[in-house]
Amino acid sequence: MSANTTAATSPAPGRPKPGEPPAGGRPPYSAGGGQQVPKAEFDWKPLLILLGLIVLALPAIGSPSSWLTLTAAGIAMGLIVFVIASGLTLVFGLMDVLNFGHGVFIALGAFVATSVMGGLSGWAGDNGAAQFASVFAAMAVAMAVAGAIGWAFERIIVRPVYGLHLKQILITMGGMIVGEEIIKVIWGPLQIALPLPDVLRGAWYLPLGNGDAAIEKYRVLAAVIGLGVFAAMGHVLARTKVGLLIRAGVQDREMVESLGYRVRRLFVGVFAVGSALAGLGGVMWGLYQQSVTPQIGAQVNVLIFIVIIIGGLGSTLGCFVGALLVGLMANYTGFLAPKVALFSNIGLMVAVLLWRPQGLYPVTNR
Amino acid sequence: MSTPILELSGVHTHIGAYHILHGVDFAVPAGEVTMLLGRNGAGKTTTLRTIMGLWRVSQGDVRFQGQSLTALGTPEIAHQGIAYVPENMGIFTDLTVKENMVLAARSARNASELDTQRLEWIFGFFPALRKFWLYPAGKLSGGQKQMLAVARAICEPRALILIDEPSKGLAPSIIQNLVTAFNELKRQKTTILLVEQNFMMAKALGDSVAVMDDGRVVHRGAMRELAEDESLQQRLLGLSLGAHQ
Amino acid sequence: MLNRILSHDLPRSRLLGWVLVLIVLALLAAPFLFPGAKALAVAAKTLVFILLVASFDLLLGYTGIVSFAHTMFFGIGAYGVAVASSKLGPGWGSVGLGFAGALGLSLALSLLIGLFSLRVKAIFYAMITLAVASAFMTLASQLSDVTGGEDGLTFKNPLWISPAFEPFENPVLGLMIDGKVLTYYVILGVVAALFLLLLRIVNSPFGRVLQAIRENDFRAEAIGYRTVVYRTWSNVLSAAFATAAGALLALWLRYVGPDTTLSFEIMLDILLIVVIGGMGTMYGAVVGSVAFVLAQNYLQDLLKLGASALEGVPLLSQIVSPDRWLLWLGVLFVLSVYHFPTGIVGRLRAMALRLKA
Repeated sequence: MSANTTAATSPAPGRPKPGEPPAGGRPPYSAGGGQQVPKAEFDWKPLLILLGLIVLALPAIGSPSSWLTLTAAGIAMGLIVFVIASGLTLVFGLMDVLNFGHGVFIALGAFVATSVMGGLSGWAGDNGAAQFASVFAAMAVAMAVAGAIGWAFERIIVRPVYGLHLKQILITMGGMIVGEEIIKVIWGPLQIALPLPDVLRGAWYLPLGNGDAAIEKYRVLAAVIGLGVFAAMGHVLARTKVGLLIRAGVQDREMVESLGYRVRRLFVGVFAVGSALAGLGGVMWGLYQQSVTPQIGAQVNVLIFIVIIIGGLGSTLGCFVGALLVGLMANYTGFLAPKVALFSNIGLMVAVLLWRPQGLYPVTNR
Repeated sequence: MSTPILELSGVHTHIGAYHILHGVDFAVPAGEVTMLLGRNGAGKTTTLRTIMGLWRVSQGDVRFQGQSLTALGTPEIAHQGIAYVPENMGIFTDLTVKENMVLAARSARNASELDTQRLEWIFGFFPALRKFWLYPAGKLSGGQKQMLAVARAICEPRALILIDEPSKGLAPSIIQNLVTAFNELKRQKTTILLVEQNFMMAKALGDSVAVMDDGRVVHRGAMRELAEDESLQQRLLGLSLGAHQ
Repeated sequence: MLNRILSHDLPRSRLLGWVLVLIVLALLAAPFLFPGAKALAVAAKTLVFILLVASFDLLLGYTGIVSFAHTMFFGIGAYGVAVASSKLGPGWGSVGLGFAGALGLSLALSLLIGLFSLRVKAIFYAMITLAVASAFMTLASQLSDVTGGEDGLTFKNPLWISPAFEPFENPVLGLMIDGKVLTYYVILGVVAALFLLLLRIVNSPFGRVLQAIRENDFRAEAIGYRTVVYRTWSNVLSAAFATAAGALLALWLRYVGPDTTLSFEIMLDILLIVVIGGMGTMYGAVVGSVAFVLAQNYLQDLLKLGASALEGVPLLSQIVSPDRWLLWLGVLFVLSVYHFPTGIVGRLRAMALRLKA
C-alpha cells in the first residue's frame, strides 16, 4: 500500500483531531529543543464552501429573518443526517463494508421511539421535565435496540462477506428488505405518528430585519445532540486508543493486526455503534417529521449515501461537512425553487465529485 | 547454533491459484540474527508473511517456541512475541510518529504510558524520531519512515523480529543506524529474521543464513561460511555479492 | 444450426437443455395451452422479465457492475410509449416515435452515467445509480402533466394489438384470436430476437473482454483494453435492452405508472432473479424469471393458506401474511447469495460436468 502518494499532491486532509494541542501528558522529549514542528496543514476549502453557501444564501433569499429560519432548519437537518451517516462512513472506512441495509436501523430506531414515547406519554403528562425525559428515554432505548440488532446483523449477515463488495451490496440490501418487513410485522405497515411532546413544540422568534426568524425548539435540541455526537466522535477518534486503532485500521488493517490487535473484534463494535447512531438518527428524524413509516429507512438511505459520497468514504469530518451542505441545500432550494429541491442533492453530489472525485476529504489510502 | 526459536517444516503457501512456497524447511536459532537471502521472487517476503499469518499455510507447520502458529490469526501470532516490519514499512501516514509508537506499544493506552527509558534508548539509535515526534508520519523521509518502522517493532521487548528488506533505497548512513540498532538487539538476545538483498549488511549482521530459490530453502548454514565462499555465493545468489552495491 | 443461433453458447447440461426447451414450447403455445386472461398475463410478464433480467445480467453477470438504475431505463421505455400514445393518439407511429425517443433518452443517460464511472470507483457507482434512480422516480411522479404523476397513464394500442381486434371470425385451435393474443406474440418475437442478440453479444470478442474486466480489471487494462470504454458500452447496451423491455410492458398493460416500472421492488425482483437463475449465464434470466413468476403466484397462495391457518395468532399470522411476501423473498434472496452463488444454471452445469467426469 503506497503511503506516500498524497503527500506531494495535496495537503494532508483534515481528520477529526483538532490539531495536536500541546496538552498535558507530553513527554519531555517531544519539543526537540523548542523546534517549530510543522503540523499537517488543515484543508479549509470544504469548510469555506459551507460558509460560502450560508453567506450567499442571504442575498438569494432576500429577507434576513427567512434566511436565519432556513439556515437554522438546514443545520438541524444536516446534523441529524450526520448522526445517521457517521456510523456508515466509519464502518466503510474501517471494515471496507458497504452496508446498504443501514436504513433498517434508522427505521428501527424510529419505531422503537414510537413505542417508548407512546408508552411514556401517560406518565409524562403535562410535566415538561418528564416529557424531556421521555424523549431521552426513547433515544436511549432506540440506540440500545439498534446497536444490539446491529451487532447481530454484523455477525450473521455481514461477516461472511468481508471483502466481497458485490455480495455485500446484495446481502445487505436483502437484509434491509427482511428487516423492513419484520418492522411491518411488529408495528404494522402503516404510518405512525410520532408527535413532539409539548415542551418541545413551538419556536423562538427572533426579530431580524423585516420579520421574525422562527427557530424551532426541537431543531435546536437536534442540533445540540448532533454537535454532541460530532464532538464525542472527534474525542474518541483523536484521544483514545480505540480511536487510534480505528484511524490506523482505516489506513492499513493488516498492519494493525500485525501489531497484535484483534481488529475483527473492533469491527463488530464499530458496526454496532454505527447502527446505534443510525437508531438515534431515526428517532431524531421521526420527531422532525412527526411521523414514521416503514419506508423511512429506504428513503433516508439514498440521502445518506449521497452525504457520504460527498464527504468521502471513511471520513468523519467529510461526513459532517457533507451532511450540513445537504441539509442547507435542501432547505434553501426548498424555499427558492421547490421543483429543483428534489435534485439539489444529486446536483450537489455531481458538483463535488467533479471537483474532488473521492469526496471532500478523501481518506488517504483509498 | 543455539536452539531454534522458530521452525518451519515443509511449509507450502498458495496465493489464490499460485503455489508460491514449495515446502520451506529451516530453523531460526534463538538470540541470533538469521539472514534470509535469495533472488527477487524467491519467496522471501511470502515466507515472512506466512509466519505472520497474513498468508495461510496450505501444508506444513510453523512452530514458534514449540507452539504451532498455523492455526492462529495474525493478532495472536503477534501476541506470541513476534514483531513484523513489512517491506512497505506499514507506517500509518495520517498518524503522528507519537501515535504510531503508542499503537505499537500494546501495553500503553496513551503516550504518557510509554516506557520512557526504552524510548530514550530507541531515540539513541534514531534521533530523527525525537525531532519529529509530533509530525504526521507521512511527512517523514523514506529513511526516517524505516527507522520508525523498526522503532515500532522494538518499542516493547519481543522475542522474534521479522524484518523485510529494511535497507532498500536507503542512504548508507541510515543503513549504519539500522545495523547499530540490530547489533544492540542481538546483544540483548532478541532473535531477528532479516530478509535482505544488501549482502554487505548481511555479512555485517548475520550469524546464520538461509538462501531461498523458487519457494524453497536451498542452503542453510553459518553466515561466515557463505561470506568466505565466493563460488557458493555465485551459485546461490547469482552474482558475486562481494561487489554488490 | 442451433449452435449458430445460440452463438455457440449452449446450455451445457442436458437437464438445463430440456428445461429450456420446455419453457420455450410453453411460452410459444401459451395462449393455446393456458386459457384465460390471467395465465396469459403471467406468460407475458415472464417474457418481459426475461428480457429485462438478461439485459441486467449483461451488466452484472458479465461486466461485474452493480447498477440500481436499471429500472429507470425500464421505466423510460414504458413511459416513452405511453406518453407518445396518449399525447399523439394510438398507432404504430406513436409507438415508434415514443420508443425512439425513449431509446434516445436512455442512451444519453446511460452514456452519462457510464462516463461518470470514469471518475468514481465501483462502490460509488452503485450508490450513485441508486440515488439517480430514486430521483428519477420522484421526477416521474412530479411531472404529472406529462407522466400522469402517481396515477400514471392509460392509453390505447395500435389497432392490431388492441384487445378488441379480432382478425378471424372463428376460433383457431380452440382459441379466439384477439389483439391480446397478437400482442403476446409480438412480445414473444421481440424478446426472442433480442435475447438471441444478447447471446451473440456476450459470446463475441466484446463479451469476452467484458468478462476479463469482470475478473480482473487491472489486468485487462494492463493488457491494453480501455476498461472505461467497454464498461460504458456495456452500460449503454444494457440500458437499450431494458428500454425495449419497458416498451413491451407498456404495450401489454396499456398503462404505465411509477409503480409498474420504477419501483424499488422491481429492482429487487431483478436482483433476485439474476442471483437465483445464475449470474453471467443469460439462460439464468430465462430459468430464473419463470421460477420467480411461478413462485410469486404459488407462494402467495401458500401464504394465504398459512395465514388462514394461523388466523388470530399475533405476530405469527403477520409473518405468513401474503402481504409480507417480500419478507420471504428477502430471506430467499439472502440465502441464495450465500449458498447458491452460481444459481440454478450454474448448479445444473456443475452437475453435468461432474456426471461427465
